[in-house]
Amino acid sequence: MLRLILLVLGLLVPLTVQAQNGPLRIIIDEGVIEPLPFALPQFVAEGGEAEDYARRISEVIAADLTGSGLFREIPRDAFIARVTSFDSPVEYADWRAINAQALITGAVALSGDRLVVKFRLFDVYANAPLGDGLQFAASSASWRRLAHKVADQVYARITGEGGYFDSRVVFVAQSGPKNDRQKRLAVMDYDGANLRYLTDSSALVLAPRFSPEGARVIYTSYETGFPRINLLDVASVQRRALEDQPGSMSFSPRFSPDGQRVIFSLSEGGNSDLYMMDVGSGRKQRLTTAPSIETAPSFSPDGRQIVFESDRSGGQQLYIMTASGGEPRRISFGAGRYGTPVWSPRGDLIAFTKQNNGRFHIGVMRTDGSGERLLTASFLDEGPTWSPNGRVIMFTRETSGAGGAPALYSVDISGRNLRRVPVEGAASDPSWSPLLP
Amino acid sequence: MTPVSRSLLLLAVLGVAACTSPDRFGGGYGSDGYGDAGYGKDAGAASNPRSPAYFQQVVGDRVLFIVDQSTLTDTARATLEGQARWLSDNPEFTAIIEGHADERGTREYNVALGARRANAVEEFLISRGVSPARLKTVSYGKERPLEICSEESCYARNRRAVTVVAAGLAG
Repeated sequence: MLRLILLVLGLLVPLTVQAQNGPLRIIIDEGVIEPLPFALPQFVAEGGEAEDYARRISEVIAADLTGSGLFREIPRDAFIARVTSFDSPVEYADWRAINAQALITGAVALSGDRLVVKFRLFDVYANAPLGDGLQFAASSASWRRLAHKVADQVYARITGEGGYFDSRVVFVAQSGPKNDRQKRLAVMDYDGANLRYLTDSSALVLAPRFSPEGARVIYTSYETGFPRINLLDVASVQRRALEDQPGSMSFSPRFSPDGQRVIFSLSEGGNSDLYMMDVGSGRKQRLTTAPSIETAPSFSPDGRQIVFESDRSGGQQLYIMTASGGEPRRISFGAGRYGTPVWSPRGDLIAFTKQNNGRFHIGVMRTDGSGERLLTASFLDEGPTWSPNGRVIMFTRETSGAGGAPALYSVDISGRNLRRVPVEGAASDPSWSPLLP
Repeated sequence: MTPVSRSLLLLAVLGVAACTSPDRFGGGYGSDGYGDAGYGKDAGAASNPRSPAYFQQVVGDRVLFIVDQSTLTDTARATLEGQARWLSDNPEFTAIIEGHADERGTREYNVALGARRANAVEEFLISRGVSPARLKTVSYGKERPLEICSEESCYARNRRAVTVVAAGLAG
């Protein structure tokens, strides 16, 4: 049985392949990562018009899998077997001979504007398919999504966890010099493709966050001259102010897991506290009343608790309280300052920004504050966001100096596989969508 | 400020204005957050004590803060005394106080910190008799740095609250 098991032993430790008799397993322990080698013959084009899509879809599937850091693609020039038809029998020995452990075959057909992709996954060493063949269909404009869907299936079947490739990221696209930055909201596929701007750069925008279903974005806009929370529909780009209490500033909004409420900071008389608002009625409720700064709130996946940052102890630290308010419990106690906590979609970890000794880190800890682990270090790393499956964190990394600029990076929660997300121009404040339907 | 000292200052400013080329207050920046919202087309000359340019350059439109703090320093308080006097002498002006932070902090925290700083200035001006109805505050966090190097010399000038005056009705 082919299976990449992503156990979280203790907290977070790298992956290794453990050679053994019987079923192939990839077990997480203290060793070195060995990505699982797969063969992906170019998907068969069923009809000449599908040839280009077949090539590009195959490339995107391979890029998704290798980009996860858990898989390695075997170059096609090493292949012995040739796959000329979706239904031709698999020559397992030929794939074993080149050390492929997984084989992915597929076919692409185009009928009018409708693109159909089918695929099969094989466990080469077990001489057997891994799961059933599957077929996805969409308009040809959505060809990348079809590829991501296939890659998510492969990832899920081999790791036993949900995938994250068919997802989007909303972020702040930036241009211009450091002392005159133009900022606007943009959305793209998780891998940087299909970039689309959602606002123009006439007003400063900060920290967009996806709604739980991925159709709406909530963010801070200076459209009125003052920071205000706006709600934007991604498809229509229609937007409206959600909060407009005169004399106050509102910022750092985030949705509740059911999408009905928004939690945010409201600053009045220089004091920032947390509030909860019902999106439908606009009614809001104050959750904290301390004279300190309370901001960057994030819900637990069950909606019952909120993690946030506060400087009530003198410096920024992380606290958890129930979603109705009440006495917060401090969870961060290490050296330095902790901010921008985000609860993982699995509920087990909290990602944060840590500032210590002049360096910034993205880190994770358990929800009781134990098991802290720093994943990155640089001049300025901040603002983590979780992949839909809770395995990967995307964040902003900004370089220093007069020419300094922000870019998006991703890193596995093991601390491996740090990558720059390919985005044209400067970018910051990523927020990862859920897996698309 | 007595009429005598004001006219002395006026002379000094005229001397400077005569030999400097127009700076960015002549209308270089169009975007928000750089403390020039009231300038552009009608900043007036710094030689006119009732002009925003005079307020900006002679009275001093900004105060600086130490790291993570919103407490007013003695220098800041002296500047703000001058701002309060100018606002009392020029009741047709309203002001927006912009709070800013340096880049060494997370985005949300810096917005909250800038709000604290703007509020510290607002409270001081109110305590010196400026009507709250004439004042508004806004925080830009670390989004609008004036200086762009990544050294303390720049950070120190970015940790600021800028009082931007504009002729107009309060409200």
